[in-house]
Amino acid sequence: MITLAVDNQEITVKEGTTLLKASEKLGIEIPTLCYHEGLLPYGACRLCVVEIFKEKENRMVAACSFPVEEGMKVVTSSDRVLKRRRMIVEFLLSRCPDVKTIKDLADRMGIKKPRFKSKNLDCILCGLCVRVCNEIAGIGAIGFVSRGKKLKVDTPFHMASDVCIGCGACSSVCPTDAIEMELDAVKRFLELLGSEHKCRYALMGLISYKVCSNNYECWKCKIDQRIRDALGTHPIFAAKKIKKEKVNQYFSFLKKIQE
Amino acid sequence: MDFDRVDKILKAYGMKETHLVSILLDIQTEANFLPREILSYVAKKLGIPLSQVCRFATFYKAFSLKPRGRHVIKTCLGTACHVRGAVKVLQTIERELGIRDGDTTRDFKFTLETVNCLGACALGPLVVIDNDYYGQMNTTKVPKMLKDY
Repeated sequence: MITLAVDNQEITVKEGTTLLKASEKLGIEIPTLCYHEGLLPYGACRLCVVEIFKEKENRMVAACSFPVEEGMKVVTSSDRVLKRRRMIVEFLLSRCPDVKTIKDLADRMGIKKPRFKSKNLDCILCGLCVRVCNEIAGIGAIGFVSRGKKLKVDTPFHMASDVCIGCGACSSVCPTDAIEMELDAVKRFLELLGSEHKCRYALMGLISYKVCSNNYECWKCKIDQRIRDALGTHPIFAAKKIKKEKVNQYFSFLKKIQE
Repeated sequence: MDFDRVDKILKAYGMKETHLVSILLDIQTEANFLPREILSYVAKKLGIPLSQVCRFATFYKAFSLKPRGRHVIKTCLGTACHVRGAVKVLQTIERELGIRDGDTTRDFKFTLETVNCLGACALGPLVVIDNDYYGQMNTTKVPKMLKDY
Protein backbone atom coordinates (compact mmCIF):
# COMPACT_ATOMS: atom_id res chain seq x y z
CA MET A 1 0.00 0.00 0.00
CA ILE A 2 1.17 3.49 -0.86
CA THR A 3 0.28 6.76 0.84
CA LEU A 4 0.25 9.99 -1.11
CA ALA A 5 -1.39 13.40 -0.94
CA VAL A 6 -3.70 14.72 -3.64
CA ASP A 7 -4.57 18.40 -3.23
CA ASN A 8 -3.48 18.24 0.44
CA GLN A 9 -5.77 15.26 1.18
CA GLU A 10 -4.03 12.05 2.22
CA ILE A 11 -5.04 8.74 0.66
CA THR A 12 -3.72 5.19 0.79
CA VAL A 13 -4.05 3.10 -2.35
CA LYS A 14 -2.71 -0.12 -3.81
CA GLU A 15 0.60 -0.18 -5.65
CA GLY A 16 0.21 0.38 -9.37
CA THR A 17 -2.88 2.58 -9.11
CA THR A 18 -2.81 5.56 -11.43
CA LEU A 19 -3.03 9.13 -10.17
CA LEU A 20 -6.37 9.50 -11.94
CA LYS A 21 -7.90 6.59 -10.02
CA ALA A 22 -6.49 7.85 -6.72
CA SER A 23 -7.93 11.33 -7.16
CA GLU A 24 -11.21 9.81 -8.30
CA LYS A 25 -11.42 8.07 -4.94
CA LEU A 26 -11.12 11.44 -3.21
CA GLY A 27 -13.80 12.89 -5.45
CA ILE A 28 -11.42 15.20 -7.29
CA GLU A 29 -12.41 15.58 -10.89
CA ILE A 30 -9.77 15.58 -13.63
CA PRO A 31 -10.96 16.11 -17.21
CA THR A 32 -10.07 13.37 -19.69
CA LEU A 33 -10.75 12.59 -23.33
CA CYS A 34 -8.69 9.56 -24.29
CA TYR A 35 -9.25 7.60 -21.06
CA HIS A 36 -11.67 4.67 -20.81
CA GLU A 37 -12.07 2.39 -17.81
CA GLY A 38 -12.11 -0.82 -19.80
CA LEU A 39 -8.99 -0.02 -21.74
CA LEU A 40 -5.30 0.34 -20.99
CA PRO A 41 -4.11 3.89 -20.28
CA TYR A 42 -2.79 5.62 -23.38
CA GLY A 43 -1.97 9.24 -22.53
CA ALA A 44 -2.73 10.76 -25.91
CA CYS A 45 -4.78 13.85 -25.12
CA ARG A 46 -2.69 15.09 -22.14
CA LEU A 47 -5.79 16.80 -20.81
CA CYS A 48 -5.34 15.06 -17.45
CA VAL A 49 -1.99 16.75 -16.70
CA VAL A 50 -1.25 17.25 -13.00
CA GLU A 51 1.75 18.64 -11.16
CA ILE A 52 3.70 16.26 -8.91
CA PHE A 53 6.13 17.09 -6.10
CA LYS A 54 8.50 14.50 -4.71
CA GLU A 55 11.52 15.47 -2.69
CA LYS A 56 13.31 17.92 -5.02
CA GLU A 57 11.43 16.73 -8.09
CA ASN A 58 8.64 18.84 -9.56
CA ARG A 59 7.12 18.08 -12.94
CA MET A 60 3.97 17.69 -15.01
CA VAL A 61 2.67 14.20 -15.77
CA ALA A 62 -0.41 12.63 -17.35
CA ALA A 63 -2.56 11.42 -14.45
CA CYS A 64 -4.26 8.67 -16.48
CA SER A 65 -1.04 6.68 -16.95
CA PHE A 66 1.25 7.74 -14.09
CA PRO A 67 1.46 5.25 -11.20
CA VAL A 68 1.37 6.43 -7.58
CA GLU A 69 4.61 6.67 -5.56
CA GLU A 70 5.22 6.78 -1.82
CA GLY A 71 5.20 10.27 -0.30
CA MET A 72 4.18 11.95 -3.53
CA LYS A 73 2.32 15.27 -3.49
CA VAL A 74 -0.10 15.84 -6.35
CA VAL A 75 -1.66 19.19 -7.30
CA THR A 76 -4.53 18.85 -9.75
CA SER A 77 -5.48 22.48 -10.27
CA SER A 78 -2.48 24.76 -9.83
CA ASP A 79 -2.08 27.76 -12.14
CA ARG A 80 0.56 25.93 -14.11
CA VAL A 81 -1.74 22.92 -14.66
CA LEU A 82 -4.73 25.03 -15.62
CA LYS A 83 -2.65 27.07 -18.04
CA ARG A 84 -1.42 23.95 -19.79
CA ARG A 85 -4.90 22.43 -19.92
CA ARG A 86 -6.29 25.63 -21.42
CA MET A 87 -3.62 25.49 -24.10
CA ILE A 88 -4.48 21.88 -24.99
CA VAL A 89 -8.19 22.66 -25.21
CA GLU A 90 -7.46 25.69 -27.35
CA PHE A 91 -5.51 23.53 -29.79
CA LEU A 92 -8.29 20.94 -29.84
CA LEU A 93 -10.92 23.64 -30.38
CA SER A 94 -9.04 25.00 -33.36
CA ARG A 95 -8.85 21.49 -34.78
CA CYS A 96 -12.53 20.62 -34.23
CA PRO A 97 -14.59 23.79 -33.66
CA ASP A 98 -17.93 22.04 -34.21
CA VAL A 99 -17.58 19.14 -31.77
CA LYS A 100 -19.87 19.39 -28.74
CA THR A 101 -17.52 17.71 -26.24
CA ILE A 102 -14.68 20.07 -27.08
CA LYS A 103 -16.98 23.11 -27.10
CA ASP A 104 -18.26 22.26 -23.61
CA LEU A 105 -14.70 21.88 -22.35
CA ALA A 106 -13.72 25.22 -23.87
CA ASP A 107 -16.77 26.88 -22.33
CA ARG A 108 -15.83 25.57 -18.92
CA MET A 109 -12.30 26.90 -19.29
CA GLY A 110 -13.46 30.23 -20.63
CA ILE A 111 -12.04 29.94 -24.15
CA LYS A 112 -14.24 31.72 -26.66
CA LYS A 113 -12.27 31.66 -29.87
CA PRO A 114 -9.00 29.85 -30.52
CA ARG A 115 -6.10 31.97 -31.72
CA PHE A 116 -5.12 29.40 -34.32
CA LYS A 117 -6.35 28.64 -37.79
CA SER A 118 -9.43 26.41 -37.75
CA LYS A 119 -9.23 22.98 -39.37
CA ASN A 120 -12.82 21.81 -39.09
CA LEU A 121 -12.19 18.16 -38.37
CA ASP A 122 -14.11 15.67 -36.23
CA CYS A 123 -11.40 13.31 -35.02
CA ILE A 124 -9.04 14.31 -32.21
CA LEU A 125 -6.85 11.20 -32.65
CA CYS A 126 -7.39 10.00 -29.08
CA GLY A 127 -7.01 6.42 -30.29
CA LEU A 128 -10.02 5.09 -28.34
CA CYS A 129 -11.61 3.46 -31.39
CA VAL A 130 -8.34 1.84 -32.43
CA ARG A 131 -7.75 0.53 -28.92
CA VAL A 132 -11.29 -0.76 -28.38
CA CYS A 133 -11.09 -2.61 -31.70
CA ASN A 134 -7.74 -4.16 -30.75
CA GLU A 135 -8.17 -4.81 -27.04
CA ILE A 136 -11.85 -5.59 -26.58
CA ALA A 137 -13.20 -6.74 -29.90
CA GLY A 138 -9.81 -8.29 -30.65
CA ILE A 139 -10.07 -7.60 -34.33
CA GLY A 140 -7.93 -4.62 -35.28
CA ALA A 141 -9.97 -3.58 -38.28
CA ILE A 142 -8.94 0.05 -37.96
CA GLY A 143 -5.60 1.61 -37.12
CA PHE A 144 -3.56 4.76 -37.39
CA VAL A 145 -2.27 5.57 -40.84
CA SER A 146 0.58 7.89 -41.80
CA ARG A 147 2.08 10.31 -39.31
CA GLY A 148 2.49 13.90 -38.21
CA LYS A 149 -0.15 16.24 -39.53
CA LYS A 150 -1.32 13.58 -41.99
CA LEU A 151 -2.07 11.09 -39.20
CA LYS A 152 -5.59 9.68 -39.28
CA VAL A 153 -7.61 6.63 -38.28
CA ASP A 154 -8.36 4.44 -41.26
CA THR A 155 -8.80 0.88 -42.49
CA PRO A 156 -5.84 -0.76 -44.26
CA PHE A 157 -5.39 0.78 -47.74
CA HIS A 158 -8.53 2.90 -47.21
CA MET A 159 -10.74 0.01 -48.39
CA ALA A 160 -13.90 -1.50 -46.90
CA SER A 161 -12.63 -3.82 -44.19
CA ASP A 162 -13.16 -7.55 -44.58
CA VAL A 163 -12.47 -8.32 -40.91
CA CYS A 164 -14.79 -5.70 -39.34
CA ILE A 165 -17.71 -7.37 -37.58
CA GLY A 166 -19.72 -4.19 -37.29
CA CYS A 167 -19.94 -4.37 -33.51
CA GLY A 168 -20.15 -0.60 -33.24
CA ALA A 169 -17.71 -0.41 -30.33
CA CYS A 170 -15.57 2.21 -32.07
CA SER A 171 -18.58 4.42 -32.61
CA SER A 172 -19.80 4.05 -29.04
CA VAL A 173 -16.49 5.01 -27.37
CA CYS A 174 -15.74 7.95 -29.66
CA PRO A 175 -15.80 11.14 -27.54
CA THR A 176 -16.39 13.39 -30.53
CA ASP A 177 -18.88 11.30 -32.56
CA ALA A 178 -16.51 11.15 -35.49
CA ILE A 179 -17.35 7.55 -36.40
CA GLU A 180 -20.73 6.85 -37.90
CA MET A 181 -22.45 3.45 -38.07
CA GLU A 182 -23.75 2.54 -41.48
CA LEU A 183 -26.80 0.33 -41.75
CA ASP A 184 -27.16 0.53 -45.50
CA ALA A 185 -26.20 -3.09 -45.78
CA VAL A 186 -29.48 -4.14 -44.13
CA LYS A 187 -31.15 -3.75 -47.48
CA ARG A 188 -28.71 -6.10 -49.11
CA PHE A 189 -29.38 -8.64 -46.38
CA LEU A 190 -33.15 -8.67 -47.01
CA GLU A 191 -32.50 -10.69 -50.11
CA LEU A 192 -30.70 -13.46 -48.22
CA LEU A 193 -32.46 -16.61 -47.07
CA GLY A 194 -31.96 -19.29 -44.44
CA SER A 195 -30.49 -19.32 -40.96
CA GLU A 196 -28.22 -16.32 -41.52
CA HIS A 197 -31.15 -14.18 -40.38
CA LYS A 198 -30.59 -15.12 -36.77
CA CYS A 199 -27.14 -13.60 -36.30
CA ARG A 200 -27.21 -10.07 -34.94
CA TYR A 201 -24.23 -9.02 -36.95
CA ALA A 202 -25.55 -10.66 -40.07
CA LEU A 203 -28.88 -8.90 -39.42
CA MET A 204 -27.01 -5.64 -39.50
CA GLY A 205 -25.72 -6.77 -42.85
CA LEU A 206 -22.22 -6.21 -41.65
CA ILE A 207 -20.81 -9.73 -41.75
CA SER A 208 -21.27 -12.61 -44.12
CA TYR A 209 -20.58 -15.68 -41.96
CA LYS A 210 -22.59 -18.53 -43.39
CA VAL A 211 -22.35 -20.70 -40.29
CA CYS A 212 -22.21 -19.49 -36.66
CA SER A 213 -19.93 -21.52 -34.40
CA ASN A 214 -22.22 -20.80 -31.41
CA ASN A 215 -25.33 -22.13 -33.15
CA TYR A 216 -26.81 -18.61 -33.27
CA GLU A 217 -26.95 -18.23 -29.50
CA CYS A 218 -25.65 -14.71 -29.18
CA TRP A 219 -25.14 -14.77 -25.40
CA LYS A 220 -22.43 -17.34 -26.07
CA CYS A 221 -20.71 -15.14 -28.59
CA LYS A 222 -17.31 -14.19 -27.21
CA ILE A 223 -17.21 -10.86 -28.98
CA ASP A 224 -20.61 -9.84 -27.64
CA GLN A 225 -19.68 -10.79 -24.10
CA ARG A 226 -16.36 -9.01 -24.13
CA ILE A 227 -17.76 -5.79 -25.51
CA ARG A 228 -20.72 -5.80 -23.12
CA ASP A 229 -18.42 -6.30 -20.12
CA ALA A 230 -16.17 -3.45 -21.15
CA LEU A 231 -18.73 -0.90 -22.26
CA GLY A 232 -21.66 -1.66 -19.95
CA THR A 233 -24.20 -1.87 -22.75
CA HIS A 234 -24.36 -3.72 -25.98
CA PRO A 235 -22.41 -1.75 -28.57
CA ILE A 236 -25.23 -1.73 -31.06
CA PHE A 237 -27.43 0.15 -28.63
CA ALA A 238 -24.54 2.32 -27.58
CA ALA A 239 -23.67 3.31 -31.14
CA LYS A 240 -24.23 7.03 -31.16
CA LYS A 241 -24.46 8.11 -34.72
CA ILE A 242 -27.18 6.17 -36.49
CA LYS A 243 -29.72 8.10 -38.51
CA LYS A 244 -33.26 7.72 -37.15
CA GLU A 245 -34.83 6.31 -40.31
CA LYS A 246 -32.19 3.65 -40.43
CA VAL A 247 -32.88 2.54 -36.86
CA ASN A 248 -36.60 2.26 -37.61
CA GLN A 249 -35.82 0.33 -40.75
CA TYR A 250 -33.70 -2.05 -38.71
CA PHE A 251 -36.30 -2.64 -35.99
CA SER A 252 -39.20 -3.13 -38.43
CA PHE A 253 -37.02 -5.66 -40.17
CA LEU A 254 -36.41 -7.46 -36.86
CA LYS A 255 -40.17 -7.70 -36.22
CA LYS A 256 -40.80 -9.09 -39.68
CA ILE A 257 -38.43 -11.97 -39.05
CA GLN A 258 -39.83 -12.76 -35.59
CA GLU A 259 -43.30 -13.14 -37.07
CA MET B 1 8.08 -11.33 -55.59
CA ASP B 2 6.47 -14.60 -54.54
CA PHE B 3 5.29 -15.83 -51.16
CA ASP B 4 8.14 -18.38 -50.82
CA ARG B 5 10.61 -15.49 -50.67
CA VAL B 6 8.48 -13.80 -48.00
CA ASP B 7 8.42 -17.05 -46.03
CA LYS B 8 12.21 -17.18 -46.12
CA ILE B 9 12.52 -13.61 -44.86
CA LEU B 10 9.97 -14.29 -42.11
CA LYS B 11 11.83 -17.41 -41.04
CA ALA B 12 15.16 -15.54 -40.94
CA TYR B 13 13.61 -13.24 -38.35
CA GLY B 14 12.05 -16.10 -36.40
CA MET B 15 8.43 -15.16 -37.23
CA LYS B 16 8.49 -12.50 -34.51
CA GLU B 17 6.35 -9.38 -34.76
CA THR B 18 9.04 -7.37 -32.97
CA HIS B 19 11.10 -7.60 -36.16
CA LEU B 20 8.31 -6.20 -38.31
CA VAL B 21 10.29 -3.16 -39.51
CA SER B 22 13.29 -5.28 -40.53
CA ILE B 23 11.02 -7.73 -42.32
CA LEU B 24 9.31 -4.93 -44.24
CA LEU B 25 12.68 -3.38 -45.12
CA ASP B 26 13.92 -6.70 -46.54
CA ILE B 27 10.74 -7.10 -48.58
CA GLN B 28 11.07 -3.54 -49.83
CA THR B 29 14.69 -4.14 -50.97
CA GLU B 30 13.61 -7.19 -52.96
CA ALA B 31 10.28 -6.06 -54.37
CA ASN B 32 11.18 -2.36 -54.64
CA PHE B 33 7.93 -1.46 -52.85
CA LEU B 34 5.40 -3.04 -50.47
CA PRO B 35 2.62 -4.79 -52.42
CA ARG B 36 -0.76 -5.00 -50.70
CA GLU B 37 -1.12 -8.76 -50.95
CA ILE B 38 2.31 -9.27 -49.40
CA LEU B 39 1.45 -7.00 -46.48
CA SER B 40 -1.74 -9.03 -45.90
CA TYR B 41 0.32 -12.22 -46.08
CA VAL B 42 2.87 -10.92 -43.55
CA ALA B 43 0.08 -9.90 -41.17
CA LYS B 44 -1.53 -13.33 -41.45
CA LYS B 45 1.74 -15.18 -40.90
CA LEU B 46 2.78 -13.08 -37.92
CA GLY B 47 -0.69 -13.28 -36.40
CA ILE B 48 -1.18 -9.52 -36.07
CA PRO B 49 -3.93 -7.34 -37.55
CA LEU B 50 -3.30 -5.93 -41.01
CA SER B 51 -4.01 -2.46 -39.64
CA GLN B 52 -0.92 -2.70 -37.47
CA VAL B 53 1.30 -3.67 -40.40
CA CYS B 54 -0.16 -0.76 -42.36
CA ARG B 55 0.55 1.58 -39.49
CA PHE B 56 4.26 0.77 -39.74
CA ALA B 57 4.28 0.76 -43.52
CA THR B 58 2.72 4.23 -43.73
CA PHE B 59 4.65 5.72 -40.80
CA TYR B 60 8.19 5.48 -42.18
CA LYS B 61 9.19 7.42 -45.24
CA ALA B 62 11.54 4.59 -46.25
CA PHE B 63 8.55 2.39 -47.09
CA SER B 64 6.57 2.90 -50.26
CA LEU B 65 3.15 1.41 -51.02
CA LYS B 66 3.40 2.45 -54.64
CA PRO B 67 5.75 0.82 -57.18
CA ARG B 68 8.99 2.74 -57.46
CA GLY B 69 11.39 3.28 -60.34
CA ARG B 70 14.69 1.46 -60.86
CA HIS B 71 16.58 4.57 -59.78
CA VAL B 72 15.55 6.79 -56.89
CA ILE B 73 16.53 10.46 -57.18
CA LYS B 74 16.81 12.24 -53.85
CA THR B 75 16.99 16.00 -54.04
CA CYS B 76 18.15 17.73 -50.88
CA LEU B 77 16.03 20.71 -49.83
CA GLY B 78 17.80 21.38 -46.53
CA THR B 79 18.67 24.94 -45.52
CA ALA B 80 22.18 24.99 -46.99
CA CYS B 81 21.05 23.45 -50.29
CA HIS B 82 17.93 25.62 -50.36
CA VAL B 83 19.82 28.92 -50.19
CA ARG B 84 22.12 27.78 -52.98
CA GLY B 85 19.23 27.10 -55.32
CA ALA B 86 18.08 23.54 -54.67
CA VAL B 87 14.50 24.50 -55.56
CA LYS B 88 15.56 25.45 -59.09
CA VAL B 89 17.45 22.17 -59.45
CA LEU B 90 14.34 20.30 -58.31
CA GLN B 91 12.17 22.21 -60.78
CA THR B 92 14.57 21.39 -63.61
CA ILE B 93 14.52 17.67 -62.75
CA GLU B 94 10.73 17.78 -62.58
CA ARG B 95 10.59 19.41 -66.01
CA GLU B 96 13.15 17.04 -67.55
CA LEU B 97 11.36 13.92 -66.35
CA GLY B 98 7.82 15.28 -66.56
CA ILE B 99 6.94 14.18 -63.03
CA ARG B 100 6.29 15.82 -59.69
CA ASP B 101 8.01 15.28 -56.35
CA GLY B 102 7.04 11.81 -55.06
CA ASP B 103 6.05 10.46 -58.49
CA THR B 104 7.54 7.79 -60.75
CA THR B 105 8.12 8.08 -64.48
CA ARG B 106 5.87 6.02 -66.72
CA ASP B 107 8.67 3.67 -67.81
CA PHE B 108 9.53 3.06 -64.11
CA LYS B 109 13.06 4.36 -64.65
CA PHE B 110 13.09 7.16 -62.06
CA THR B 111 11.34 8.02 -58.81
CA LEU B 112 11.77 11.58 -57.58
CA GLU B 113 11.91 12.29 -53.86
CA THR B 114 12.90 15.22 -51.70
CA VAL B 115 14.80 14.98 -48.42
CA ASN B 116 15.34 17.62 -45.80
CA CYS B 117 19.06 17.11 -45.26
CA LEU B 118 21.62 14.57 -46.36
CA GLY B 119 24.33 15.75 -43.98
CA ALA B 120 26.69 16.81 -46.75
CA CYS B 121 25.92 20.51 -46.78
CA ALA B 122 29.38 21.46 -48.12
CA LEU B 123 28.41 19.74 -51.39
CA GLY B 124 25.10 21.59 -51.72
CA PRO B 125 22.94 21.80 -53.70
CA LEU B 126 23.06 18.02 -53.55
CA VAL B 127 21.29 15.34 -55.56
CA VAL B 128 21.69 11.63 -54.83
CA ILE B 129 20.76 8.98 -57.38
CA ASP B 130 20.82 5.48 -55.85
CA ASN B 131 24.20 5.73 -54.08
CA ASP B 132 25.94 8.27 -56.34
CA TYR B 133 26.34 11.81 -55.01
CA TYR B 134 26.09 14.77 -57.38
CA GLY B 135 27.36 17.83 -55.50
CA GLN B 136 27.39 21.53 -56.42
CA MET B 137 24.44 20.99 -58.72
CA ASN B 138 22.96 23.63 -60.97
CA THR B 139 20.28 23.63 -63.64
CA THR B 140 22.72 23.08 -66.53
CA LYS B 141 24.21 19.96 -64.96
CA VAL B 142 20.85 18.22 -64.60
CA PRO B 143 20.39 16.81 -68.17
CA LYS B 144 23.96 15.48 -68.15
CA MET B 145 23.41 13.80 -64.80
CA LEU B 146 20.22 12.10 -65.96
CA LYS B 147 21.93 10.87 -69.15
CA ASP B 148 24.20 8.61 -67.07
CA TYR B 149 21.24 6.29 -66.44
